[in-house]
Amino acid sequence: MAGLGRGRGRGKGYMSFSIEAVGIGKGENLPPSILQPTPLFPPMEHKPVPLVMGEEAEYMLALKQEFRGNMKTLPFYVRPAVSKKDVERYSDKYQNSEPSDNTLEWNPDTSLSVDTPVDPKPSKKTRVDKEEIIHKLETLEKKEEEVTSDEEEGEKKKQEEEQQDGEEEYDEEEFEEETDYIMSYFDNGEEFGGDSDDNMDEAIY
Amino acid sequence: MTAQEVRLCGLLLQEHFGEVVERIGTHLLRGGAQNLRTIANETNTPLDLVKKSLCVLVQHGACEFGSGRRGPGSPVEYRASCERVLRVLRYPRYIYTAKTLYGDTGELIVEEVLQRGHMTMSNTVKTVADRLTHNMEEGRSMEYSEVVSAFSKLVETHFLQRCPPVAEMGTAATSTNPATPGTPAASASTAPPTAESNPDCYKLPHVTLIGRGKRRRSSDDSEEQRGGKKAKMDSESCGDEGIYWQVNFERFHQHFRDQAIISAVASKLDQTSSEIVRTMLRMSEVTTTQTAAYTQPLSANEIFRSLPPNYSISRPILDQYLSLLVDDPMEFVGKSGDSGGGMYVVNLQRALANLARATLESVVQERFGSRSARIFRLLLRKRHLEQKQVEDFAMIPAKEAKDMLYTLLSENLVQLQEIPKTPDHAPSRTFYLYTVNQLPTARLLLQHCYKTVANLIERRLFETKENKRLLEKSQRIEAILASLQASGAEPEQLTEVEEMITAPERQQLEALRHHINKLDSTENQVDETVFLLESYIFSTKTK
Repeated sequence: MAGLGRGRGRGKGYMSFSIEAVGIGKGENLPPSILQPTPLFPPMEHKPVPLVMGEEAEYMLALKQEFRGNMKTLPFYVRPAVSKKDVERYSDKYQNSEPSDNTLEWNPDTSLSVDTPVDPKPSKKTRVDKEEIIHKLETLEKKEEEVTSDEEEGEKKKQEEEQQDGEEEYDEEEFEEETDYIMSYFDNGEEFGGDSDDNMDEAIY
Repeated sequence: MTAQEVRLCGLLLQEHFGEVVERIGTHLLRGGAQNLRTIANETNTPLDLVKKSLCVLVQHGACEFGSGRRGPGSPVEYRASCERVLRVLRYPRYIYTAKTLYGDTGELIVEEVLQRGHMTMSNTVKTVADRLTHNMEEGRSMEYSEVVSAFSKLVETHFLQRCPPVAEMGTAATSTNPATPGTPAASASTAPPTAESNPDCYKLPHVTLIGRGKRRRSSDDSEEQRGGKKAKMDSESCGDEGIYWQVNFERFHQHFRDQAIISAVASKLDQTSSEIVRTMLRMSEVTTTQTAAYTQPLSANEIFRSLPPNYSISRPILDQYLSLLVDDPMEFVGKSGDSGGGMYVVNLQRALANLARATLESVVQERFGSRSARIFRLLLRKRHLEQKQVEDFAMIPAKEAKDMLYTLLSENLVQLQEIPKTPDHAPSRTFYLYTVNQLPTARLLLQHCYKTVANLIERRLFETKENKRLLEKSQRIEAILASLQASGAEPEQLTEVEEMITAPERQQLEALRHHINKLDSTENQVDETVFLLESYIFSTKTK
């Protein structure tokens, strides 16, 4: 970069190289300095050459668009199976609008991985990893099959699962009475007086 | 991996594989080799989606896995390849080339293998036969043997190759047969094996496929299910499990390069000289390695014998043509000796460099005008010139020459080289020379091309999104029309349905289709420039 003018108030400014060398003659008008970003679509002096149009170009265009369309239907187009719902609606039971996980149709051939027989321990780990992956994928497939095919029973299943999971903790609360009050805070007096038979020495409060 | 390349790769992945794969893919491209947990945590994607995306990427050869950096015990690391993802842009060209060389059957084979990444031969043959049968008239179907012969031709000419064997953890696998796990690892190198390192990579498996393509009818669902079960049983007994085939992009690139050279010769000289060069290239197809600077020397006698029969030129005329080709400043053909009537080679590297140079010159001409192009060509030829010399040699008045030089300088197409006369680099006593370096300028233009294609794709997606409502409406109406026609409706009903799209909407749709076609077509054409520049840059790397 050429040296900058030291004082801005000194006209064209003093520069550390002679301006004639770069080609700016003395007293010549330089183009005005730019004060704003360049326009987004500047007018072009030289228009671009028109596209090559022909049978070959059209055929390749058709190939390209077909290919793109086909890729969307193949199982390689990964669509996340979960779609975010803001509110559960009644019509969801009857409308399967979620894109189902279409990678289920394709099982990658994991037999391509060759495990080292020399080191049994790391190979067992890798084999186990791969088997775990296959196993997990299979269990995920089964779970998703269950979820997508039994949507009407899905809510009931969810309730059952919740009940099974939280049975120890929430058994009394949700199973017996569906109220908002936590049952353990309420003492309905059934246990009162149950200990009085054993020790008459202790005072009862 | 430049930012433009990563952006383009992301858009290509998104269009072909969806957003999840795009997220994972760009993360891998930006971050280098990573293991599964890192990817899942940093992209906030559930683990099963990450696994599926990685499977998709590996299936299509865009990602490789290998042992971790900390030795055989560390978790597996995945590495994405930017170059491979960018190839997706060139798929239509590959398919079209296969069509010109091997007909519809070859085209469909290459298309299927490109869509699926890796495929077994039996699978490919069956799918292609079914597709061909679908397009034929009623009552005719495609024989498997025809498809097999097309497949074997593709393999013989190296357009298809076997997928490389997977590297074992910690040591490279050179055994091709997964059925012999007892063989100890051959070499201790940990480089990932390429397809070429497999000695059997062009060997067809011994599989006998007998049958015909099945025509899929929409009404025969139960038959298809039974047929599907039968097909499953058949593929299990085919015997080529585990042998997957992929498209050999390097061979296609070689073909494109040869085509470019031949068409350049044809446009510079004439048809006959291009035929001679085509013959020379065809003869040296098998003997030339991928990165050779020139083909093996061919004697004029051999060339004479191998000329195509419909080009009957006499021997002395052939010699004249060859000497013309050698004297041409483009230096496509060189003479390497005098035995056998003259030994001639095709200078591949120099031809590529000249083609790249022509591309650069044409770009400057179209963007800045023919006088700037004159200055550019002058600088390419004369290497270093001062301001005054540029004005004199280009015969352009000083003011305009200055203006053009500064424009080119601001676009970074021309560089300024300082040569000091005194050790203190005083500007008044320094030479300032303008120069053009071909290789960095080619790289710069290549990045511009990537940016162009990415912008084109984004614009196309934008246009599609803007008019999504209209496109959906027209799709629904087409579906309604199709179902009405299938169930046999009266013409009044059909016209009634057609009128559901109003005339201005129809115009809008037409304009939209026109724009999208133009954008797509432009992408294809920019890719041709990309190919030239990439080949040139690649040829200079291996020196």
